Amino acid sequence: MKRALFHNKFLPWLLLAPQLIVTAIFFLWPAAQAIRQSFLREDAFGLRSQFVGLANYRALWGSSEYLNSFKVTLIFTVSVTVLTMVFALLMAVAVDRLVRSEKVYTTLLIWPYAVAPAVAGVLWWFIFNPSIGILPYVLSQIGISFNWIYDKTDAMIFVVIASAWSRISYSFLFFVAGLQSIPGSLREAAAIDGAGPVKRFFTITLPLLSPTTFFLLVVNLVYAMFETFAVIDATTLGGPAQSTNILVYKVYQDGFVGQNLGSSAAQSVVLMVIVIALTVIQFRFIEKRVAY
Amino acid sequence: MAQITIDKLGKVYTGGTHAVEDINIDIADGEFIVLVGPSGCGKSTLLRMVAGLESITEGTVSIGGRVVNDVEPAERDIAMVFQNYALYPHMTVRQNLAYGLKNRGTSKPEIERRVAEAAEILQIGAFLDRKPRALSGGQRQRVAMGRAIVREPAAFLFDEPLSNLDAKLRITMRLEIKELQKRLGTTSIYVTHDQLEAMTLADRLVVLNKGRVEQIGSPLEVYRKPASAFVAGFIGSPAMNLIQARAVPHLPGTGHAGLIGIRPEDLHPATDGQIEMKVDAVEELGATRLVHGNIGGENVTVTLPADADLPESLRLAVAPGALHLFHAETGARIA
Ligand SMILES: Nc1ncnc2c1ncn2[C@@H]1O[C@H](COP(=O)(O)OP(=O)(O)OP(=O)(O)O)[C@@H](O)[C@H]1O
Ligand SMILES: [Mg+2]
Repeated sequence: MKRALFHNKFLPWLLLAPQLIVTAIFFLWPAAQAIRQSFLREDAFGLRSQFVGLANYRALWGSSEYLNSFKVTLIFTVSVTVLTMVFALLMAVAVDRLVRSEKVYTTLLIWPYAVAPAVAGVLWWFIFNPSIGILPYVLSQIGISFNWIYDKTDAMIFVVIASAWSRISYSFLFFVAGLQSIPGSLREAAAIDGAGPVKRFFTITLPLLSPTTFFLLVVNLVYAMFETFAVIDATTLGGPAQSTNILVYKVYQDGFVGQNLGSSAAQSVVLMVIVIALTVIQFRFIEKRVAY
Repeated sequence: MAQITIDKLGKVYTGGTHAVEDINIDIADGEFIVLVGPSGCGKSTLLRMVAGLESITEGTVSIGGRVVNDVEPAERDIAMVFQNYALYPHMTVRQNLAYGLKNRGTSKPEIERRVAEAAEILQIGAFLDRKPRALSGGQRQRVAMGRAIVREPAAFLFDEPLSNLDAKLRITMRLEIKELQKRLGTTSIYVTHDQLEAMTLADRLVVLNKGRVEQIGSPLEVYRKPASAFVAGFIGSPAMNLIQARAVPHLPGTGHAGLIGIRPEDLHPATDGQIEMKVDAVEELGATRLVHGNIGGENVTVTLPADADLPESLRLAVAPGALHLFHAETGARIA
């Protein structure tokens, strides 16, 4: 790495200041507040607060609602990530074959990424709406009833699709770039070596794609866990019967709607720990360079 | 082991490029054929059509008497060595060698035996458990060769396999490839744009130009009797001098050829020589020196012994048998 030399001791700090201030105000300060608050309990009017130690955390482990939210988050996160990545990879492989038309396809497939999550949520809300949506109507024609307002499974399917949809294009772009960077001669050598298209995909393409896949895995997990708030908020609001109440949404519900700041803060701290863990894993593996 | 027949082969790429046209080559069992020509003349295209990596627009390719136009690369019983080696980067050398055998359902002990044998022949036994990125260019080259020979195919196809190596290693590997091919007796097609590599490796040379065959013959045949002005200028280093006949009006034995070819080593200094050359520049090569100059306005190169005198202008003679005569327009050989 190139090293810049500053003779003035304050200049580097001055140059970093805007970024540091933003980080401090919007990340460090709230994080510190959350940690502080997670050890306190406020009275009903928010006038006095009292140090309660780990009581807020202990209450979380005792709460069946919170544990349910963990389970829901797990199902939701894994489904969104798998759906996103499998779909993105399938499309990337298809496009990789038609390298020439790549430009057109790629542009079309980027569009969903440009749509804000809340808007995506509303869009899918219209498509899936049990009374006015097109999809439940079509499904009812072939004898399948789909109603996410009452049915827990349907609700989960709905939010998974709505969340995955806007992320597919992002993963797709990375997969296409990854595929394009695999030399054609490797696949040709494998073809001569007697590997059919499917075998080639699993023994050559997929292993060579593993750095991309791993990167996307972490990014998509983080997205599904933390950035899908707007989708849930625009559609199911965590229902029915808590079936789509993922951890981030529950933080908001308990804190802002339920006004239980202590518990909400403790939940945020748990989420913070998860993000930090994911980030550490990602850096560890990127240093080791997955697969080859 | 197999003979390969290329019959009226042609390739038009989507987009309309006529990469090769009307190629006819009969390759005998065990023969080492080298396709040589300038960049873009269609060498790779031709080789890839034999390999099955490129579809055939017209004509046929037969391997071992069987037309393989519609046969998958895997079923053609060939092995190919690529310019960039195309080693699988996520597999060890051993896995690289075994991959093709495994895909064909070869038994484990048989795979081990063949990998060990290939490793022995190519002296790559010491790094069987390394990944390709931990190998030098020359070692990768050997592994690529190894991957070709473990399969014991009917034919080897090489696409400029030495062009990523440094000059010295290229010469060593060239000898090794030749020796290996003789030992195994496997029919081989080798693509290069390096005429020296072509001369030293080939049983027979196929000189290509703009997608067409200019000449097929043994290296010496092609060197001594180039079939066209193009071949004459392409094969041999330093290149043959090609000069307009009117530049040397007094030279006997030129008939009514338009273009005269004289190899630099066939021009000798002689006090009664009919050719006068003005010297422009000299390149010392140690044992010999290359003298560049012009004759009647045409640029000419002459190879002279290192101890010869160097006046401002030289009188040169040429033996009548050393003249190559070509048609002015078509470039075809007259005599
Ligand atoms: N996939 C392709 N699509 C269209 N045209 C192609 C394609 N591959 C090669 N060509 C064209 O066909 C001609 C022959 O190409 P080819 O690669 O066979 O040349 P080459 O003799 O191997 O050259 P080099 O020595 O540079 O490798 C060239 O004009 C090239 O531009
Ligand atoms: Mg080529």
